[in-house]
Amino acid sequence: MRETFAATVSQAMDEDPRVAVVLAVISAGMFRAAAARHPGRVIDVGIREQAVIGVAGGLALTGMRPVVHTYAPFLVERPFEQVKLDLAHQGVGAVLVSIGGSYDAAAEGRTHQAPGDVALLDTLPGCAVYVPGHPDEAREALRTAIAGDDLVYVRLSETANRVALPVTGRLSVLRTGSPRSAGVVLAVGPMLDRVLEATSDLDVTVAYTASVRPFDREGLSALVGAAGNADVLVVEPYLRGTSAHEVAAALADRRHRQLGLGVARDREVRAYGTPADHARAHGLDTEGIAKAARDFFLV
Amino acid sequence: MTATAPLSRYADLPALIGLMEGDDKHRGAAHGTLDVVWVLYDRVLAVAPETAGDPARDRFLLSKGHGPAAFYAVLAAKGFLEVPALRGWASFDSPLGHHPDRVLVPGVEIGSGSLGHGLPLGLGTALGLRAQGVRRPDGAAPRVVVLVGDGELDEGSNHEAIAVAGRLGVDGLTVVVVDNASSSLGWPGGIGSRFLTEGWEVREAPGRDHEALYASFTRPHAGRPLAVVARVRS
Repeated sequence: MRETFAATVSQAMDEDPRVAVVLAVISAGMFRAAAARHPGRVIDVGIREQAVIGVAGGLALTGMRPVVHTYAPFLVERPFEQVKLDLAHQGVGAVLVSIGGSYDAAAEGRTHQAPGDVALLDTLPGCAVYVPGHPDEAREALRTAIAGDDLVYVRLSETANRVALPVTGRLSVLRTGSPRSAGVVLAVGPMLDRVLEATSDLDVTVAYTASVRPFDREGLSALVGAAGNADVLVVEPYLRGTSAHEVAAALADRRHRQLGLGVARDREVRAYGTPADHARAHGLDTEGIAKAARDFFLV
Repeated sequence: MTATAPLSRYADLPALIGLMEGDDKHRGAAHGTLDVVWVLYDRVLAVAPETAGDPARDRFLLSKGHGPAAFYAVLAAKGFLEVPALRGWASFDSPLGHHPDRVLVPGVEIGSGSLGHGLPLGLGTALGLRAQGVRRPDGAAPRVVVLVGDGELDEGSNHEAIAVAGRLGVDGLTVVVVDNASSSLGWPGGIGSRFLTEGWEVREAPGRDHEALYASFTRPHAGRPLAVVARVRS
């Protein structure tokens, strides 16, 4: 997805003079050609992540469309006040594009991981969030984001699903349960393939989204209305329960149950290894999701 | 000669501040930023109420957002704000708070209050104007002037921006440091040395001396950003 990101943004720079890229060293080599074609529009501020957001805010104040990129912890957590004040509070936008996410940088350890990124950005009014599950979805999300003016977060991952789905802002239905089904499972971004496999023997509706904010409350409400039970399992590749308040709001008009799967909130996994190791530790591998689904749906 | 509009002179600023802070206090002289902001809007910046939305305008960013009465008073004197708007400042439905909000006040370039945000924003603004090749009607590049306090310079975000602006030679950017010696740990070797090392042009001026401030702001500084350290007592 990182290569797709660089290619998509470089092309957008060729087509739209508003587009600028702000970097803090990470991925700078991927924008060298674009920088040569467009002097002054690729700005590498060095290892200075407060400046990376502040500069983006200033660019946006002059009418440009900044795309800001680095590892998730250095893009969202370290300069969070800059995101809140230099972008959101100024009433200007930017496209923030992260890599690393929850535990893609497993061997790097906790310092390079940011499972709370989406939850943090969710505290800012109007911040859109894309979590592509495939490079083609990343391209589509970036094109939509760059064409707008708002604050948008695009969370790239090194894990991808086999097939890309359209990025529409609405939930896509992958499998429809019977009228007596156990409920609805919602997979976010790169969790889809594992969710499909983990729930293959259950009578449930499986839905998917790569655009988690704004959240498709209407779509979830309709799917739950057609299911046999108002029970919803959400599987997200970041902090467990990040979208629980959205599910609660979508289903506020009826009695319902919900469970969120994601990165654990109650402990820090102090281990290295691979993303697959961490998925297992958080119960986000196929087996962990299957067990949680059986327990939740009481089958 | 046309008549001067009411409440539009330097001598009127204490009265305008009085509308916000109370007439009996006469606190105009206590505002360390007053003369710097006046000189900028009166003689330096190419911006007026009718050009406040022009992409090619000069821009003033009040980074040190607290104590904005002097700023609001100058904006009112220069016609960006209606004078009656000064009454009732900081009330619920007033656009004027203890920290300015650009979304609420025409002519205010940034919302500020939390320290250390104006300089990186100003740097990005100057980079954006440079990348787009924006020119004022007189052919000059628009200026971006950021006001910070010496205490505000404690915030590390400023030093990120100082380094980047110097290294990238952002000569459209000017910082004026209003130095009232309020940094609790001080700046051994002087505030100017922080900018000088990073390749800025550095000038010092008494913060109440209009001619000295004007000269500091307007002498050429091609290829380098400009820092003006304006010393005041308050």
